[in-house]
Amino acid sequence: MESKTVAEPKVTKELALAHGLSAEEWERILTILGRVPTYPELGIFSVMWSEHCSYKSSRIHLRRFPTKGPRVLQGPGENAGVVDIGEGWAVCFKMESHNHPSYIEPYQGAATGVGGILRDVFTMGARPVANLNALHFGRPDHPKTAHLVRGVVAGIGDYGNCVGIPTVGGQVVFHPCYDGNILVNAFTLGLLKADRIFRGYASGVGNPVFYVGSKTGRDGIHGATMASAEFSEETEEKRPTVQVGDPFTEKLLLEACLELMEEDVVVGIQDMGAAGLTSSSLEMAGRAGSGIRLDLDRVPLRETGMTPYEILLSESQERMLIVARRGSEERVKAVFAKWALDAVAVGEVTDTGRAEIYWRGEKVVDIPVAPVSDEAPVYDRPRKAPSSPRGLPVPRPLPETPPEEALLRLLGSPDLCSRRWITTQYDQTVRTNTVEGPGADGAVIRVKGTKRAVVMSLDVNPRWCHLDPYLGAMHAVAEGARNVACMGALPLAVTDCLNFGNPERPEVMWEFSRAVDGISEACRVLETPVVSGNVSFYNETQGEGIYPTPTIGMVGLLEDVERRLRPGFQREGEVILLLGETVGHLGGSAYLWILHGIEAAPPPPLDLARERALGDLLRDLAGRSLIRSAHDCSDGGLLVAAAECCLGRRRDLGAELELPGGGLPLPALLFGEDASRALVTAEEASVPEVLERAGAWGVPARVAGRVGGASLRVRVDGHTVLDLALSRIRSVWERGLDAVVGAGR
Amino acid sequence: MNIAVVEFLGSNCDHDAEQWSLHLAGIRSRMVWFTETDLSWADLVILPGGFSYGDYLRCGAMAARTPVMEAVKDHAARGGLVLGICNGFQILCEVGLLPGALLRNRTLTFLHQEVVLRCETDRSPFTHGVGRGRLLRVPIAHGDGNYFAEPETLKRLNDEDRVAFRYVSPEGRVEEAWNPNGSQEAIAGILSENRRILGMMPHPERASEALLGPEDGALLLRSVLGVLEGV
Repeated sequence: MESKTVAEPKVTKELALAHGLSAEEWERILTILGRVPTYPELGIFSVMWSEHCSYKSSRIHLRRFPTKGPRVLQGPGENAGVVDIGEGWAVCFKMESHNHPSYIEPYQGAATGVGGILRDVFTMGARPVANLNALHFGRPDHPKTAHLVRGVVAGIGDYGNCVGIPTVGGQVVFHPCYDGNILVNAFTLGLLKADRIFRGYASGVGNPVFYVGSKTGRDGIHGATMASAEFSEETEEKRPTVQVGDPFTEKLLLEACLELMEEDVVVGIQDMGAAGLTSSSLEMAGRAGSGIRLDLDRVPLRETGMTPYEILLSESQERMLIVARRGSEERVKAVFAKWALDAVAVGEVTDTGRAEIYWRGEKVVDIPVAPVSDEAPVYDRPRKAPSSPRGLPVPRPLPETPPEEALLRLLGSPDLCSRRWITTQYDQTVRTNTVEGPGADGAVIRVKGTKRAVVMSLDVNPRWCHLDPYLGAMHAVAEGARNVACMGALPLAVTDCLNFGNPERPEVMWEFSRAVDGISEACRVLETPVVSGNVSFYNETQGEGIYPTPTIGMVGLLEDVERRLRPGFQREGEVILLLGETVGHLGGSAYLWILHGIEAAPPPPLDLARERALGDLLRDLAGRSLIRSAHDCSDGGLLVAAAECCLGRRRDLGAELELPGGGLPLPALLFGEDASRALVTAEEASVPEVLERAGAWGVPARVAGRVGGASLRVRVDGHTVLDLALSRIRSVWERGLDAVVGAGR
Repeated sequence: MNIAVVEFLGSNCDHDAEQWSLHLAGIRSRMVWFTETDLSWADLVILPGGFSYGDYLRCGAMAARTPVMEAVKDHAARGGLVLGICNGFQILCEVGLLPGALLRNRTLTFLHQEVVLRCETDRSPFTHGVGRGRLLRVPIAHGDGNYFAEPETLKRLNDEDRVAFRYVSPEGRVEEAWNPNGSQEAIAGILSENRRILGMMPHPERASEALLGPEDGALLLRSVLGVLEGV
């Protein structure tokens, strides 16, 4: 078949290689088609078989995730996962990376990352109610970091704020391994009726296929391919492949789609995300086992002279493909007209099993759907463990920084300081559901009309994942579960965003496989199946890869929001208890890294049964109203956790801690990062019962002090080792990001 | 008591406004699409927050030219009550129902934070039940909330006791450090000449339920309800 309508390059093996396809993949295309592909067909294969769209390097590993559970209504494979939360309600959520575009153009890259994940969620029929994000930047004093932080934060804020979705939490990490490849992982959770889930199916022969939303331009062509290769010197020139976001149109698209979904009209619906019209139409036909016919002349364009290749590969934002019930055409058009959006029937569902695409009366694409969409290449890429263990041993003797200096430097570090400069740029309370926003262990969003609330947390410690990808990934899941438990909630399920280097390097593939195993093991024990996720490979610049960064999005449920636990100390006179065991593990700690520049191995051991018991205990105590607040001990250990508990939203509360030394060096006791621990507060009268419940769950627990005063005081074996005014703690903590974005306000 | 909540393309606090009266008083507002032209049935018209028309061109500029705003002007001319919150305040300034303009925040960033407001007058249906000098904790969430007016306009607003709210310190004093967006004279909300139109940048509708934080915003709606019901 020949396409003689425009001056298109001759399709050759060389052109295929230039499209990022391998020689074997080229041969495979020839076999599938029985001929040389047309130029638009080559474009389709190149994006559909890109790492970003096909998961060709990761797929065989992702199969190891536990994905089923009694509450799972939709697992991986759709636009987002869906989990039952009771009373007829369900939550739909997913996390996705927008790393490459955000490095090239931070504002638009991050903004369109938010736009894409929102569409993934509302395409399932859910109304988005919360955004979170995990941001990983290079070292704070890298010449690019300030620019990237400013751009990414403004981009995330402006997009979510305009659409009217609160941004309620996440994490921000700085590390030199991200100097050339930042990570922007955006999470959205939506709410829907459990029996009203919409999926991306192009079924029902003769049903019309509607293109809705923004018009198509040349922006973002080959964005998915860009995300499937390492960065090089020329990457900066790829700015035109970054899409431009229009949150106003997204808001209209969201409302129009949800309004249409209330009627019995929508058969299938999917976002035109990466690889645009191509991937949405082929994936929808692929899932349904049907065929699809499209007429490109009907696609609304905003630029003139666009070729079929460009129309098919455009990644213009804020567009969706809807398969509607035949006969409902006028209803579709009317709803979208109300929201001032295009809705054009551009084709129909067929039973041919082929994608047939016409332009100016000619068939420019004629390919079988199944081989492109589900029979994409799958690679079991070589894996190799690093030849020498990573990290240094914990130094002996330990470098001893006085507790006061150590605490202030930790709390004032960009990694652990106040995120206020960032979070004030996010609307946190629009939609009036935000019970706890940024700053709590988990964000809490209530479900109107019920007593229920959803709790969310994003976690990963990339230094731990570098030192031991298996253990580090397990910790990411465990910390998510712990954060959710610290709000009194039950963890239900997980979404992941797996950010790694070049999968063609055996060491990276080994890291990936180990991380998948770690996540799988933790999710199995904690009974939190993986219901959605995203893989981002090729986070490398000139051969320098990032640390393995499997970000975990944990979603939990509070059946009674009034029984939630509060973040931080609540009242003078409360008793502080420490749950979990302290052995003073400093491997992988913030203490050694931030204060002494040492990445020491191994990270803390993790006993998942203990983690589970801690969560069970926290929920038990919350359910019986025996404790008021809880905060997990993570980065910076016990002392940093205690200081964070002192810093209240409205007023600060001091505390006095009494700790047994246990024969540990002081830094190990105060700053060790032993897993599965939490600080909780209780009324004096409740303490015996708290200890009794802890005993029943097998969780070590002891009284560690009392809330009160205007300073944080710590005594070890009766000796005062710290007495620090809260005003000093607060001022250092609040100014920590100045080192990154400047003190100017 | 008939409440109209106007929906423009891009409004996103419309349902929060609807929930406000429902939660506090069991009153179901009627949502009014921007193409509607009759508001003669309404006692109170709320122009909600959000990003009408994406803030493209200028905040509120496009919304000011929609058909429903002619009805809002008629309603105002009849002495009807109008409350513009955030983007609604910007729209009221754009159509000239309130004087002045809302410029970019002086931080040049969007700002979401809880602020302390001081109620500056009790001479309006919105503030009668709040009480002069009362401090309210309410969130702001805007990129363009920096109130600006000509000196003679500011003088008139002050002389006529038409400044409804100012941003103040937790102790209730006007101080630059507690003026989040750089507004002139720390102005957070103003009244029309007939005192029946209030425009304010902070969101009282988001601060009216204990579960979510302070409930001070409830005072405004209760004040309006009290006045309308002749209490």
